Amino acid sequence: MAAASPAIAAPSFRKLLFQRPAVVVALVVFVLIVAACFLLPTLGVTEIGGMSVRKRLTPPGAEYWLGADAFGRDLLGRLLVAGQTSLGIGLGVAVISSAVGIVIGLAAGFFRRLDTPLSRLIDAMMAFPDILLALSLVAIFGGTMVNVILALSVVYAPRIARIVRASTLVIRELPYVEAARALGTRTPRIMVTHVLRNIMSPILVQATFIFAYAMLAEAGLSFLGVGVDPRIPTWGIMVNEGRRYIDTAFFLILFPGAAIALSVLSLQIVGDGLRDALDPRLAKET
Amino acid sequence: MSRYLLRRLIGMVVVIFLVLTIAFVLVRLAPGDPASLLLGPDATPDEVVALRRRLGLDQPILVQYATFVGNALQGNLGESLFFNQPVTQVLASRAEPTAFLALFSLLVALVIATPIGIWAAYRRGSVLDQGSITTAMLAASVPSFLTGLIFQRYLATDLGWFPASGYGGAGAGFGTRMWHLVLPSITLGITNSALILRFTRASMLDILGEDYVRTARAKGMTERRVVLRHALKNAGIPIITVIGLTFALLVSGAVVTERVFNLPGMGNLVVNAVLRRDYPVIQGTLIVVAGLYVLVNLLTDLLYLVVDKRVKY
Repeated sequence: MAAASPAIAAPSFRKLLFQRPAVVVALVVFVLIVAACFLLPTLGVTEIGGMSVRKRLTPPGAEYWLGADAFGRDLLGRLLVAGQTSLGIGLGVAVISSAVGIVIGLAAGFFRRLDTPLSRLIDAMMAFPDILLALSLVAIFGGTMVNVILALSVVYAPRIARIVRASTLVIRELPYVEAARALGTRTPRIMVTHVLRNIMSPILVQATFIFAYAMLAEAGLSFLGVGVDPRIPTWGIMVNEGRRYIDTAFFLILFPGAAIALSVLSLQIVGDGLRDALDPRLAKET
Repeated sequence: MSRYLLRRLIGMVVVIFLVLTIAFVLVRLAPGDPASLLLGPDATPDEVVALRRRLGLDQPILVQYATFVGNALQGNLGESLFFNQPVTQVLASRAEPTAFLALFSLLVALVIATPIGIWAAYRRGSVLDQGSITTAMLAASVPSFLTGLIFQRYLATDLGWFPASGYGGAGAGFGTRMWHLVLPSITLGITNSALILRFTRASMLDILGEDYVRTARAKGMTERRVVLRHALKNAGIPIITVIGLTFALLVSGAVVTERVFNLPGMGNLVVNAVLRRDYPVIQGTLIVVAGLYVLVNLLTDLLYLVVDKRVKY
């Protein structure tokens, strides 16, 4: 248990996280992607200033590094702006689904009466495949960015809830929780200080993976044409737009597609590294 | 054993019931009145009232819910607003491409992932092992529509090896239809191989460290026999589990893949239903897919009993 002995765990955690070169590379790549998407547009690398019929579908070259799209806009600038939305949706889903999952999972793990109904509800929610459920939710509530984030949070919250519940069931029985209870500590305080703080590692690991899955799912929804408002570009929407030029300008599909793959891959490697560092017992699984 | 089975069956019934409830609630949360939606903007108020009565929408919500669950359990999932046909009939007519796509891509994934997973575990820590893990992660990170579009552009359009899209057109023979599924199945199979590879590798690693494997080696058994007879046989359980788990991935992947290759399957149907706000079809697809998921996972649990004699419930 990493958090049980923070004095020893803290330095070894950093060492464990960075001992695999792949994890370091992935972390650097992901930070660079985020920095590029949020900083470069403020420094003037944008699609704006660039609708030009003459320049439409210019292949990648000296003038446009990644080429120009069907409206003659600089693909690089558009890619960066779209990245803000794609990354933002991924982060939003990771945060909201974790928060909801923690509440449900703690309630199920802590209160025996709620366990069976909540667990069955989690089972039922997990019986719906992610894209299909998100698709239906977006269809019913409308395709706005907030709704896409909420729909994907509904899809992924049960995964967090399941992990939180399982960990809570174990920790609830540990002597220090019993000791806290014997000292008269109130239940909400036990839940937060004694249980939640000790299960943050598996939640953090899972949230990293959900960040990645949510980006993939959002790209899938946008590709299907039912994601966020198409006027707000995301990487998935860019791929969908590029489909019309699949035979003449494949780079319109390739670059946003590669941006999704690179972000998701680096997040997954970081998530793996986090898991190994936070729980060395699981290291052999990777 | 029979007690376990009974408990599992009760759990399954409860989950199916919840699935139906979620599907009912979801569609009721949709803005707008189903009857006005069905009739379109030109309907008179009288027509709307008449249709509401015919559909039972004037009943209390609990009565509507009971009717919905009762009908669903009898295999009646309502009528499509767009096709004016029972939802079950609409779904059944789109089932073939989806079912074969799921089956073939599972086969592709198993053929890619199982040998590499075993080999990677056997040569743990080697370059091949590291390479296979990284490749698996990459396969899981590339959106399936990107893989599909790359195949479509280069293998189908440029090289002409495979049909680029569609299902062979009206009246196409079985062989032609299946031929149109080759590229979609490879696309979806690659995406799904990642999870299977990681599971196979992890479970083989566990087993290769077991005492009986060491004993077999100590007896002088050949390495091939140790890996294939002793280890692989016992790695069967986790591999079956992962097949149950990939079902959800296969369905989600099928929705996107069918869209890329323009296959007339259930995935394409549900996307069109979403675009047309055809709620009964969306609802029906959710129920059928979730029901299948529950069933597949029950079957994989039962398969354990057959594969591994040590498992007793």
